Amino acid sequence: MAPVKLDITTRKINAKTSILDIRGEVTGSAESILMAAYAEATAAGAQAIILNFGGLEYMNSSGIGLLVTMLIRIQREKQRLLAFGLSDHYRQIFDLTQLDKAIGIHPTEAAALAAAG
Amino acid sequence: MSEPTSQPATQLPSRDAANWAKPVDGLKVGAISPEATNLNVEGKQLSGPLAGFGQMWQKTYRIRLSGADVTPEQVIKLWKENFPQFWPKGNRFFGGVGIEPGQVAVLNLAGPGGLNAPGGGPLISTGIMVIYADDESFSFMTPQGHMFAGMITFSAERAAETTCAQVQALVRASDPIYEIGFRLGLLKEEDRFWKYTLTALADFFGVHGAEPDLKIVLVDPKVQWAQAKNVWHNSAVRTGLYTLAAPVRWIRRLAK
Repeated sequence: MAPVKLDITTRKINAKTSILDIRGEVTGSAESILMAAYAEATAAGAQAIILNFGGLEYMNSSGIGLLVTMLIRIQREKQRLLAFGLSDHYRQIFDLTQLDKAIGIHPTEAAALAAAG
Repeated sequence: MSEPTSQPATQLPSRDAANWAKPVDGLKVGAISPEATNLNVEGKQLSGPLAGFGQMWQKTYRIRLSGADVTPEQVIKLWKENFPQFWPKGNRFFGGVGIEPGQVAVLNLAGPGGLNAPGGGPLISTGIMVIYADDESFSFMTPQGHMFAGMITFSAERAAETTCAQVQALVRASDPIYEIGFRLGLLKEEDRFWKYTLTALADFFGVHGAEPDLKIVLVDPKVQWAQAKNVWHNSAVRTGLYTLAAPVRWIRRLAK
């Protein structure tokens, strides 16, 4: 298994919203870290999970698969998934893989928080 | 509560930029063999795992290349170069040379045991687009009408001093007809397909008799009724109609 080069910090913004600050590489090896961060946000009562991709350095197709399975889990829990901080390159990848149709993509943290309500 | 973070003003090129295909409005098939039955690909949109109808499955097929002195990079290089030759008999992959991001391939698929349509044509003509490729993995995404809406990733890695090859599908049945088929046993046929492929790959590297493992996760047990309209693009139905219309095409050719 390739070494995991990912760090995620969970920030509780308010009772219903948490931001996951992603720094590093999102690949198939990142599953346990990503899901642990999601579980932490959910345990804190988050109804809206916002992914901050400003520190994303690398992502492969297994990483996209991971985001898809996370999205499904979030939808099943009646939560919402939003994102900001995507570079033009990663926006294109979200377009290619159609993740942008299911995840609310926003240009800034303020916009994502406003959309989260 | 901590301070908001913001995006860097200047964006450096990402390390993975060359590995990804660019978004497309519709698939375009390049030069392929005239042997191919080229249906249901040209102009179709990609259809990811979120756009399908049926239950979402993650199926991971994995084989250990025990005793083979190969690195993951060597496995992927040779897999890319020889991709079609590992498929079960009767199934054809018509792409360009190798596997490159953005490449579109036409698939001519047979039924169980290599069963073809009357006249020798495929039971299903569909395709894939290569959305990602690096030295240790590559991924396909399916177009509208393919039996699966989703992504399939082929990869290799070292685990416990052994190189392993893997196929991982994250897919839903595209439409209600395929979903019924999968619930009646076609998912097992998919398992046979990829197990055969991995076994043939292992044989290629001199590893004989290895048995692939299969791990199945039901990611989403719900069907997406909003996607039932996908049936319009069903490639099996469209290929069947094309086959049935063959006599009409012959008569028209003779009349010219």
